[in-house]
Amino acid sequence: MTTMLDEKKYTANLPASELPEGGVWTEAGSSLMRKTGDWKVEQPVWDKAKCISCFTCWAYCPDSCMQIENGRMAGIDLEHCKGCGICANVCPPKVSAIKMEKAR
Amino acid sequence: MATLKELATTQAEKFVGGHTSCAGCGYPNIFRLTLAAIKDPVVVVGATGCCEVNTSIFPYTSWKAPFLHNAFENSAATCSGVEAAYYSMVKSGKLAANNTRFIAFGGDGGTYDIGLQSLSGALERGHDMLYICYDNGAYMNTGIQRSGATPRYANTTTAPVGKVVPGKMQKKKDLAKIMVGHNVPYVAQTIAGNWKDLTNKVEKATAIRGPKFIVVLAACPLGWQTKTQDTVRLTQLAVESCFWPLYEVENGKYKLNDNPEAKGKKIPVADWLKMQGRFKHLFKPGGEKLLAEIQAEVDKDWNDLKALCEFHSKQE
Amino acid sequence: MPVKTEVKQLVAAKTGNEAMAEAMRQIDPDVVAAYPITPATEIAQIFSSFVADGQVNTEMVTVESEHSALSACVGSAAAGARAMTATAAQGLMLMAEIMPIAAALRLPIVMPEVNRAISGPINIHCDHSDTMFCRDAGWIQIFSENTQEAYDNVLQAVRIAEHAKVRLPALVTTDGFIISHAMETIKILPDDEAKAFIGAYKANYSVLDAAHPITVGSIDLQNYYFEHRLPMINALKEAKAVIKQVGREFGEKYGRPYDLLEKYRMDDAETAIVCLGSTAGTAKDVVDALRDEGQKAGLLKIRVFRPFPVEDIAAVLAGLKAVAVLDRSDSLNGYGGPVFTEVCSALFNSIQKPKIVNYIYGLGGRDIDLHMLKSVYDRLASIKDGQDLGTIVDYLGARK
Repeated sequence: MTTMLDEKKYTANLPASELPEGGVWTEAGSSLMRKTGDWKVEQPVWDKAKCISCFTCWAYCPDSCMQIENGRMAGIDLEHCKGCGICANVCPPKVSAIKMEKAR
Repeated sequence: MATLKELATTQAEKFVGGHTSCAGCGYPNIFRLTLAAIKDPVVVVGATGCCEVNTSIFPYTSWKAPFLHNAFENSAATCSGVEAAYYSMVKSGKLAANNTRFIAFGGDGGTYDIGLQSLSGALERGHDMLYICYDNGAYMNTGIQRSGATPRYANTTTAPVGKVVPGKMQKKKDLAKIMVGHNVPYVAQTIAGNWKDLTNKVEKATAIRGPKFIVVLAACPLGWQTKTQDTVRLTQLAVESCFWPLYEVENGKYKLNDNPEAKGKKIPVADWLKMQGRFKHLFKPGGEKLLAEIQAEVDKDWNDLKALCEFHSKQE
Repeated sequence: MPVKTEVKQLVAAKTGNEAMAEAMRQIDPDVVAAYPITPATEIAQIFSSFVADGQVNTEMVTVESEHSALSACVGSAAAGARAMTATAAQGLMLMAEIMPIAAALRLPIVMPEVNRAISGPINIHCDHSDTMFCRDAGWIQIFSENTQEAYDNVLQAVRIAEHAKVRLPALVTTDGFIISHAMETIKILPDDEAKAFIGAYKANYSVLDAAHPITVGSIDLQNYYFEHRLPMINALKEAKAVIKQVGREFGEKYGRPYDLLEKYRMDDAETAIVCLGSTAGTAKDVVDALRDEGQKAGLLKIRVFRPFPVEDIAAVLAGLKAVAVLDRSDSLNGYGGPVFTEVCSALFNSIQKPKIVNYIYGLGGRDIDLHMLKSVYDRLASIKDGQDLGTIVDYLGARK
């Protein structure tokens, strides 16, 4: 997932003089700089051919990993996916477009 | 009311990934869906708890809406201050009105317990804000201590199952009912595992001026001792067992949003409990009596709620 | 040196609470959130009538506790609003959890606060134990000697708190009942002049800025907490110069100059009492009487206790022979009062320093009178003349 954030701010600890006043942080959504994807032991595998873009997985993914492009499901952000398996579980049984397998 | 495709594609997400909630955590999608359902500018005020600490470890933030955290017991009071500032500065011409919506949230600890006074005061004062309680039934952030929202006989670290005590001995507080007692225009109970019911309620609430309250049951794989992939299904079963009915109270009138019994889908509460490690002692010899007790309590509350809803529907 | 003043001021009889409410009316904050508590109740109560009569544009949030009062103020200030509250004693203690948060978020909330004894046992009368309990919360603390100062200090506190180099919350205290409920003749600035003095408020950030969504109140781990505390620590140091500058400007414009300290007949003094608040007024009379007798006695009033004026206090007291620090609270540290220990630490590195004793006095509203203060000066005179220091910390006016 691409972001416009300055990577240096998240790899080095900034000195007091470079911090916004009051402990405020101004880069909204900066948690995307944290790659929680390395937590997982299992990972979802999405089958584009089977997917009907019902967005049920999008509704329930706790880590906002379901990627949408042009109003269709486009993939899964494995950089942040923690491998919980909710997406595979909520995918309608008749569709069954997501399977969990051992994380690579 | 928005379709799932509309929710997913209309606007950029205001709550993003990379937060440190456990895998399979039940609350993040409450906030993702809530923010997706609101088209107006929104300010979110969060109480200390899992959601706050996991989404705002400096310099990381999962919020793409303005987010303010003050302390544990005061998200409602803090939000009431933001709301008062908005209306004051709009009135005096210092700020252009833009229909900002104000959302305060807390977990069950921050809402049922330590934040109840602050919430009660804010609701009574009539602030134009929506309070959302994500209720996972214990102080999960500090390590699964019992709260006023912990169901009877659940195993927690401060009301543990021992040789003579079968877990938490008290019944869960009925928070929605307490909120109804504040005579606010909208109170609702829902689950994190029903996107439609949740977003319908958020949309309905945000269209109303004044104080609104929604309590959302959310599973916690760590505290409930459940499988991460079952998080969504678990809250759905809580509804099907009638332990946690979906209902709303508009201007004091109760209305059921789903009736599993009428659909012939009501399941025994034990079916829901047995999926959760926190109740596993109930399924050992001697647990039958305790299970029967829980079932009787659920049935009584369900019948009371149905009667209330029927009474109000007949009035119309 | 009397300062020539061009501004015509209104002369009125006001209690301390009325004077502070009057200052709040002129400030016209965007939000006031308050909860009643004796002896500060009237401040918000009087202000409510200004709201009811449309004399201010303020949104009044009548919260259900002081904890929520300050919490709401934090919300309002984080939304870019000028926010105020008022309280005393138990109310301040209930706010205590939120006070350092307001400071760390750098929110210039201004709070009139009426000094009242903290409970154990419950007591509604004056001492400084409430304010001293919250002395390390990152708030500026300004003590008022009388009603005039209470009014002047509230106006100045807004300027100080909102100053770009400060941006910290500030509380302005009066002594419970002694000032809060006693009527005095004071001078009040014309409304337009008061508004011009405090100026318009421009917040440094706002959660209402939808175009720039910010996160406020993040959790810091080991890698950032220190770096977020340092700027606040530095702002308190910077505040000293700002307080002096604002006090000087107030004096130039309105004839009543202010500083961190007030030195009363200290120029050639050999002995002095150090105190805060209304006791300074009584002590000035005693100093005058002693001066008439030819004694070189003086008074050092600490107007600003936070930030603590270390350098100024050391400079004033270093050359004296004997000093008594009067504390209207006890630190409960098994030694003495908070003002005493801090004054001692201010002098520790001075080559020359006076003998210092401490009196705890006036707890729970116990009167302090001219005779008691005279007895303190008498003891200082004996110490100056070589008598042993004896009991360093003593209790004035208590039945032992």
